[in-house]
Amino acid sequence: MNVTLTINGTAHTYDLEPRTLLVQLIREHAGLTGTNIGCDTSSCGACSVHLDGEAVKSCTLLAVQADGADVTTIEGMASADGTMHPMQQAFMDEHGLQCGFCTPGMVMAASSLLAENPNPTDEEVRIGLEGNLCRCTGYHNIVKAVLAASGANQ
Amino acid sequence: MIPAPFDYVRAESAEEAIALVGQHGDESKVIAGGHSLLPLMKLRLAQPSVLIDIGRITDLSYIRDAGDHVAIGALTRHMDVETSDVLREHAPLLAHATSHVGDPQVRHRGTIGGSIAHADPASDLPAVALALGATYVAQGPNGTREIAAADFATSYLESALADDELLTEIRVPKMNGAGWGFEKFNRRAQDWAIVGVAAWRRNGDAGVALVNMSSTPVLATGVVSALADGASVADAAQLAADGADPQPDLNASIEYRQHLARALTKRALDTASS
Repeated sequence: MNVTLTINGTAHTYDLEPRTLLVQLIREHAGLTGTNIGCDTSSCGACSVHLDGEAVKSCTLLAVQADGADVTTIEGMASADGTMHPMQQAFMDEHGLQCGFCTPGMVMAASSLLAENPNPTDEEVRIGLEGNLCRCTGYHNIVKAVLAASGANQ
Repeated sequence: MIPAPFDYVRAESAEEAIALVGQHGDESKVIAGGHSLLPLMKLRLAQPSVLIDIGRITDLSYIRDAGDHVAIGALTRHMDVETSDVLREHAPLLAHATSHVGDPQVRHRGTIGGSIAHADPASDLPAVALALGATYVAQGPNGTREIAAADFATSYLESALADDELLTEIRVPKMNGAGWGFEKFNRRAQDWAIVGVAAWRRNGDAGVALVNMSSTPVLATGVVSALADGASVADAAQLAADGADPQPDLNASIEYRQHLARALTKRALDTASS
């Protein structure tokens, strides 16, 4: 069946099996492989993208459920001229990544968090990122990055 | 992991969804946010041949002050329950417990009706609704009927909903200033509760319900009776596991779950009493 959605500002239509997951659409049909599949069970958050501005886990969404939606992936965060999104810049400045596998999902979850709570406390950041696992356990600098980004947005 | 193939139909109204469920019978499954159903389908533990998507029926997403209770549309997302001013004022136990369901990404998609209709005894919200004495509204081809939360879950993942009925509304009595406590014991922040307790107290009244202590959410009636008879919180909490039928799993033995039920009930009631 046809699924029409906007990904990073561009409209796409795909003819898909209904069982196609949103993350499959993003990676295999749209060719945007910045969104990772980690646990594939909605635990780790590596597949987080924005659906109509809110972070969701794209491994636990059917592509047909996103029909008509506005999807943003990590590839859509930087400006057209290559300027990084403030959250990406903060992760770079604060060394908020080690192996980098969780990073796209962390950036998407963290930017969604700040959209809902622009000035979170350290604890609110940690709770707000409970759905994203970093198996390098580099949480300390990730939290620092999110707090830095919240300051940059003030 | 990818679900087994299925046909997909989207219902635009509750009436259409009920007609579709009637047409496709038990070969079909209703999907809302999908955060309980899709993981089961990916593991092939559920293989519906038809998936009926009710996620776009916006009429069923609302939170209304209805006098003595708050009416919540079944398709109201967890994030909207958690941040609702009406619920924070009149049913703070529900708003708070909802903020502990899954994680923010899950709460952006999952719905209160989906969680309750799924009837998983390890879910937080069915026990919270049970403790608060909620009423559920089921809509079928011949109209609506009310089901008390205490009569809803019949066994593991089974409910009193008929095959052709849709859960459309959750009615939560106003707490009217009752003290409350919610305790959820798990090993990682986003995990299911190994055991959870939802409790409230107001004057001589109380309600206590347990998460993951039986094949259904279960009321701790012994605790409530003891409190009504004047027992201390510490003494009443000792009765929390009486009548429950917990099962062992990788996380906990029966005895450990019983211990958790007693300890968490004491904590929840202490919070509710302070």
